[in-house]
Amino acid sequence: MKFKNFTSINDLDKEGIDFVFREADNMLKLLENKKPSNICRNKILATLFFEPSTRTRLSFECAMHRLGGSVIGFADANTSSEKKGESLFDTIRTVESYCDVIAIRSPFEGASKLAMQNSSVPIINAGDGGHEHPTQTLLDLYTIKKNKNRLSNLKIGLCGDLKFGRTAHSLAQALSDYDNNILVCISPDELQFPEGIKNKLEEKGTKILQTKNLKEAMGELDVLYMTRIQKERFVSEKEYLKLKGIYVVDKEMLSGAKQDFILMHPLPRVDEINPEVDEDKRSIYFKQAFYGIPIRMALLSIMTRG
Amino acid sequence: MMERRVRNIKDGTVIDHIEPGRAIKVLSVLKGIEDGCVIICINIESNKYNKKDFIKIENKFLEENEYNEIALISPNATINIIKNKKRVSKEKVKIPKKIRKIGKCINPRCITNNQNIETEFDVIDTEPIVLRCSYCESTAGYRN
Repeated sequence: MKFKNFTSINDLDKEGIDFVFREADNMLKLLENKKPSNICRNKILATLFFEPSTRTRLSFECAMHRLGGSVIGFADANTSSEKKGESLFDTIRTVESYCDVIAIRSPFEGASKLAMQNSSVPIINAGDGGHEHPTQTLLDLYTIKKNKNRLSNLKIGLCGDLKFGRTAHSLAQALSDYDNNILVCISPDELQFPEGIKNKLEEKGTKILQTKNLKEAMGELDVLYMTRIQKERFVSEKEYLKLKGIYVVDKEMLSGAKQDFILMHPLPRVDEINPEVDEDKRSIYFKQAFYGIPIRMALLSIMTRG
Repeated sequence: MMERRVRNIKDGTVIDHIEPGRAIKVLSVLKGIEDGCVIICINIESNKYNKKDFIKIENKFLEENEYNEIALISPNATINIIKNKKRVSKEKVKIPKKIRKIGKCINPRCITNNQNIETEFDVIDTEPIVLRCSYCESTAGYRN
């Protein structure tokens, strides 16, 4: 199997996701054995990050280095020609001739699609505003699969900022392709899923439950996906402060969860997961962040094949 | 009765069966009509729809995006092409599946509102009309 671009989780069907996961399992073995790889030797990844990122950018770069390839790019729009007013179109038309694959993050929604339409090299969406973050979704699914051994028949809580949280949007859409999953959306009225996303989930026949009460929902969940209330997406600071800290998972909250429950978070966290639960075996968010490496190695390997 | 008082055009387009009161909106999306003769009739009696608007435009033939936008403004409108005083075609507008270069995405964070690029929408419902931005996937009704 081969696919040229990866701008939305909908670019992959279940078979495609399984294929990436098998490839990621191979990458995991490679990482565990600490064997050097030449899979992407002489290949160059360009990371165009118009918005700050730690995990996504570094894990893309790490993944390419682990595969024996090289990385060019910028981590801040202020150090690119965007600062001088260059259009994304021009940036892509320039950078495509410098590299073999591009990972792009933008604050503007749909930016990776525009990049894809104008690039001769593969485009990977590394997050576009509040829209999608499909590589995060893949690693989230991979984490669930690794821990629960399945992606169906699960009750999954999505908690926090479901309005602007692109990771929650993409994960919900992906999970809706698997049988008998129930999505429990835990958020205040102001931060519920956008209508467009909700409609798409309902079109697929996904069962969606809505609540504002995390504590009540906790005991029934197989997975809880916490998200950060994203300050940078609010127009008003007052609105942000009103909602900040509304949900916190601490020892007391976690005591109500099942023993085989898993607590996930795309990170960075602010105050929604108290560090006191970090050592609980059900807290798997750092392992989840690590899975970004094999998943991105798998994608780079597949997408740069001749 | 009323229509007979309006003169015919030799070459051009007659947009008929426009929803009453929408003719001005239809007119606002048409390009290159500054120099030719334009006849607008509003709230004319209609056998089919009780009332209707229509527009006759001399020496004007619609572009694809104008045709598409008329379909969004008034889905029952008919487009008549007139050549040498004869009607050579008549068809009801069809709402296309995809619309380009029309309107703005409602999402201020959409790439189309932040770069100089053409908009593109998928029509995901027709009654009422609901558009989904092909870039950011925000959905909205067509606002008149």
